[in-house]
Amino acid sequence: MKYVDEFRDPDKARTLLKEINQIAADLTDKLKRPVYIMEVCGGHTHSIFRYGIENMLPASIELIHGPGCPVCVLPMGRVDDCVAIAEQNNVIFTTFGDAMRVPGSKKSLLQSKADGADVRMVYSPLDALSIAKKNPDKEVVFFGLGFETTMPSTALTVLKAEEQGIHNFSLFCNHITIIPTIKAVLDSPGLQLDGFLGPGHVSMVIGNQPYDFIAEHYHRPVVVAGFEPLDILQSLWMVLKQLTAGEARIENQYNRIVPDNGNAQALKAISQVFELREFFEWRGLGSIDHSGVQLTEAYAAFDAEKKFIVPAVTIADPKSCQCGEVLKGAIKPWECKVFGKACTPEIPLGALMVSSEGACAAYYQFGGDRIDAIEVAEKTLEVIA
Amino acid sequence: MNIDESAVLERPVIKKKQDTRIRQGKLASKVITLAHGGGGKAMRDLIDDVFIEAFSNPVLNTLEDQARFELSDLAKLGDRLAMTTDSYVIDPIFFPGGDIGKLAICGTVNDLAVGGAKPLYLTCSMIIEEGMKVDTLRQIVKSMADTAKAAGVQIVTGDTKVVERGSCDKIFINTAGIGVIHQHFKLGANKAQAHDRILVNGFLGDHGAAILDARGDMNLESPIESDCAPLQDLIQILLKAAPNTRFIRDATRGGIASVLNEIAASSQCGIEINETSTPIRTEVKGFCEILGLDPLYLANEGKLVMIIPEDESEAALAALLSHPLGVDSADIGVVLEHGRVGRVHMKTSFGGKRIVDMLVGEQLPRIC
Repeated sequence: MKYVDEFRDPDKARTLLKEINQIAADLTDKLKRPVYIMEVCGGHTHSIFRYGIENMLPASIELIHGPGCPVCVLPMGRVDDCVAIAEQNNVIFTTFGDAMRVPGSKKSLLQSKADGADVRMVYSPLDALSIAKKNPDKEVVFFGLGFETTMPSTALTVLKAEEQGIHNFSLFCNHITIIPTIKAVLDSPGLQLDGFLGPGHVSMVIGNQPYDFIAEHYHRPVVVAGFEPLDILQSLWMVLKQLTAGEARIENQYNRIVPDNGNAQALKAISQVFELREFFEWRGLGSIDHSGVQLTEAYAAFDAEKKFIVPAVTIADPKSCQCGEVLKGAIKPWECKVFGKACTPEIPLGALMVSSEGACAAYYQFGGDRIDAIEVAEKTLEVIA
Repeated sequence: MNIDESAVLERPVIKKKQDTRIRQGKLASKVITLAHGGGGKAMRDLIDDVFIEAFSNPVLNTLEDQARFELSDLAKLGDRLAMTTDSYVIDPIFFPGGDIGKLAICGTVNDLAVGGAKPLYLTCSMIIEEGMKVDTLRQIVKSMADTAKAAGVQIVTGDTKVVERGSCDKIFINTAGIGVIHQHFKLGANKAQAHDRILVNGFLGDHGAAILDARGDMNLESPIESDCAPLQDLIQILLKAAPNTRFIRDATRGGIASVLNEIAASSQCGIEINETSTPIRTEVKGFCEILGLDPLYLANEGKLVMIIPEDESEAALAALLSHPLGVDSADIGVVLEHGRVGRVHMKTSFGGKRIVDMLVGEQLPRIC
């Protein structure tokens, strides 16, 4: 397949891996520990597992799967609010597929649908707007979810709804922003982290400059990375090169998609309809200041939180759940007490087990600890040879 | 090994009285109403004019409450009866490459055939939503009749219910079927052994992608066609070439990933497949890339996963390739000698290795 196969070339991968092995070995000799690199974005986590990248890497590199899966960081209280809205009379509740199975304190949207609520899966917020047009006697609510990647399409949909005078459409806004989240991770005590793979799709919207503080204040390299396996390997190689040279810069590996200044039109639409919330609650990470957005006063008519009565109760994560530690890279998914036992993709306890971008679900489904250490070692030797 | 080929390939002659009924009913209405399921004249007209008209055969035409078979005829074909049932609720009911009628025959025929059985007789039970156009129903029924003919099976008994608008979505069809298994064939999911080869008879994921596409969310320029097809002939050819075939399964919902996991669990073995040799159409790959789906989990309606002993695998592949429904067949993997029990993994074309687990819930697209 054109524009895909080029980025999955095994020969190029072998060449890159040889270099990565060499550089990482030198680095670990110096550090006396493995190199820790966090991929912030859930899309990267998914690719890493789908292509078996983690098992191709030497033991001297440890990947830490970061908080960049918007479904995974959604707290139970917000899911409860969704269910409450969905179960009101005359409401059609529309959502991306991933969010359907996220557990609330009592039930998920999927269970709510089975109980009779009109919950529909859509691929785009514009689909939700079409549903609103077709059902003028119903209130259609879109469950807006995601980082800056999905924010522009939601913003444009709200603008379109206003322009076309579709007033039975509203947004339950759970959009979150990446920068405060990375900052929260960097500020967590006892953090061991040498560098980042930056989120490619978010950066396509916001550009590369917002990451400058990571290099300047925290002295960690960031390489904004694409999602194909060679993108990821090349980006890891770039991070390692910087570490070897003792540098901390923001580099853009994904420059075929990511402009340095981001997408001006998308940013304009975002700033037109959204404003920062004072704080937003994250699953596993707690409340983070200025990490979420809401509709501005001018678009309040499209705000589902103002249109409907929602419980808006903060529900503590289940005690046994260690999503937070996993998100911060403090423990590996399988080191969580409930991993694979009380918490499985069939009956997820924590949200990291729900989405295919969640680190726990990825480990559970695609391998991780379940591929024996011996197999990993063999594989690595094979690749090097 | 000797298989009496004539016994495998011939159909028993049913010694039935000639059709003594005179078909009388003629459907006047253009739309199905509750009256057509009411047991009265309207229903008789529907049965006569639509079902008997299309499915006509001596066993059905007697219109008894049950189809009757001579045991001695069945016994000539083998030593075991195979029986299966499946319900078809697909949306949309017409899609590129098929429709609910074709699917209802193929699915049940294939479920029989993968057990090594020669499919013989099917039932047809329909639940129709009031308001369906008679012409639409005729189209579905004709498709069933054509497919049954191609598959060499007869529809010998049936049932029709009409329900109020909203109580079902247009039409639901259940077909049950029986077939006879030749004494030689002893296929089972628990029979895979180390070094056995894993074969498939062509491109994977076409049906799932075709249905998702037909729901209209993607508006692709060139629509993907469902692979919906009756596979009994292909299977008979395969079994002749590789008589010690361990197991065959049609990879429907859950795709080949689910079938392979089932084999790995039942046979207490590990399985390895190769991404490079796994046949997937470029269109389907592209479709999956866009939606974040995995073709290994997409449904097929004309694809088999076959476990073949190593020494028969070449002959098996050659036989498959010789049949129109197997021209893109491929050897995609192996049953491992020292694999982790119950685990399926794939060597990715990129050079890595990933676990191919059972599907959880439905395959949900990722959001970013």
